[in-house]
Amino acid sequence: MHFGSHAEDEFTSTVHVYEPHRVGLPPLGSYFRELWRRRQFAFELSWSNLRAQHFNTALGQLWLVLNPLFLGLVYFALVTIVSGGSRGSEFLAHLLLGLFAFHLVSGSIRQGSKSVVGGGRLILNTAFPRALLPLSSVLTAFMRFLPTLVVYAVVHAVAGLPVTPQILWAIPILALIVVFATGVTMLVAAVQVYFRDLRQFLPYFLRIWTYASPILYYASEVPEGLRWILYVNPLYPMLASLTDAVNLGLSPSPAFLAWSLVWAVAAVTFGAVFFISREREFAVRL
Amino acid sequence: MPSASDPAPTLASPRPLPDDWAVKVEDLSVTYRTSVESRPTLKSTLRHLGRRQRTIREIRAVRDVSFDVAHGTVVGIVGMNGAGKSTLMRTIAGILPPTRGRVEVHGRVSTLLALGVGFNADLTGRDNVILGGLAAGLTRAQIEAKYEQIAEFAELEDFMDLPMRRYSSGMYGRLAFSVAVNMEPDILLVDEALSVGDARFKRKSFDKMRELCEQARTIFIVSHALKIMRQLTDEVIWIHEGQMRMRDDPDVVIDAYQEFLGVARNDQIALEDP
Repeated sequence: MHFGSHAEDEFTSTVHVYEPHRVGLPPLGSYFRELWRRRQFAFELSWSNLRAQHFNTALGQLWLVLNPLFLGLVYFALVTIVSGGSRGSEFLAHLLLGLFAFHLVSGSIRQGSKSVVGGGRLILNTAFPRALLPLSSVLTAFMRFLPTLVVYAVVHAVAGLPVTPQILWAIPILALIVVFATGVTMLVAAVQVYFRDLRQFLPYFLRIWTYASPILYYASEVPEGLRWILYVNPLYPMLASLTDAVNLGLSPSPAFLAWSLVWAVAAVTFGAVFFISREREFAVRL
Repeated sequence: MPSASDPAPTLASPRPLPDDWAVKVEDLSVTYRTSVESRPTLKSTLRHLGRRQRTIREIRAVRDVSFDVAHGTVVGIVGMNGAGKSTLMRTIAGILPPTRGRVEVHGRVSTLLALGVGFNADLTGRDNVILGGLAAGLTRAQIEAKYEQIAEFAELEDFMDLPMRRYSSGMYGRLAFSVAVNMEPDILLVDEALSVGDARFKRKSFDKMRELCEQARTIFIVSHALKIMRQLTDEVIWIHEGQMRMRDDPDVVIDAYQEFLGVARNDQIALEDP
């Protein structure tokens, strides 16, 4: 319980004190303690959702690999046609990497937008840190992302791209992407409670964001007059660093890493404060 | 339930000794702001703003309520729809924060407010039971130890592994009731859940409630089934427009409440009994 309670072990005696607190955040120490204690809820919710979505179709879990692969090939065909057939397998590797990383973010936002409003009965009837719900959406998106790495690895090998130690930069870069996604997901999950039609806008917004990110093109191809679009896009430094490290086997630029870090920290701070300071209201808003 | 070993508290000394408190509510007020519409949208908000209408309404659901309840007491809460009964229960469960005042709870709380389990209809009954338990802070091992008992009591058999959207409303209710009563809480909050399922299951849940009431657990029951309330509770609190109007022996409060409602004592329809 997180309203300033002093929880001891569940099966011995427990004392909970609920008192009003000043506007804004609940005591964060006990909030995050409770959050950590119930982390298994977030994992279990992700697993259950994945199971429910994929285990009863004919190809089952295979769709977790086929879906992103087909989507990547459709985009690749589109871009090849538009650009007059000049794109090779290296570009396919770039496109798939960007697309899969982008889907980690957009998938978590999309799932997260449903997380609080879809948690109705649970929110009405159980006291628990509500942040577990959007966090579980991020986990689900991450679990969906993992099999796509296999698809990428195959394309990477077929395209004959180098495998260097620099590829390990992908780990911190992906961590920053996940942190950034967490912040945006918490924000969207909370805003959805107040504006239920957000979900109608969301697909269009995410689609425009895809096109505004250097996925279907190389960042270097963007004309000077339109480069501001890249500069305002938080995913630009993250995706560009990822391309450098994984596609090209280079060390990403420290400036881009720092830029990514600033965006990730800003997003997660803002998203978490927005969500946690409002979550006590969710039970009366659903 | 008044019995020889468990004397009903009297109005003269309703206050338990400090060591015996299970729940202590002091000057509790709960005010919340909610949207006028059940599904607020950006569109409706803009429309209201354009007409300079309010989109947010403030509800003073509970006002200056104080009481304390000893361990092992079965407390009934009666009142009309919208009187603040459910808000009071949710505040005791730690779901809604108090606006003023203080709530102290000694013990692990299990809630059956408005039939809580089954929040995700795409997931199976089994998943929902496990997730509900994990969210409530139980460990996986603790839930698994109880799982068979829960499934057996709910009599759902193979349905436990089907998505809950295939359940009838009676099956939903049975599972929810079974989870709440089998999790062995120190304090059980039951909101309008005494009558779920068919006549036989109602009988069974009534017997289970009676059994729990006899086990010296602290139980809060919100219900309009007044005849059952008379049988099960040790004392009854009447909430009217957010305030505590009366607190006394079940028969005293329920007689007064029925008189207030203008319902005859044996009006079967109004009493909503199984």
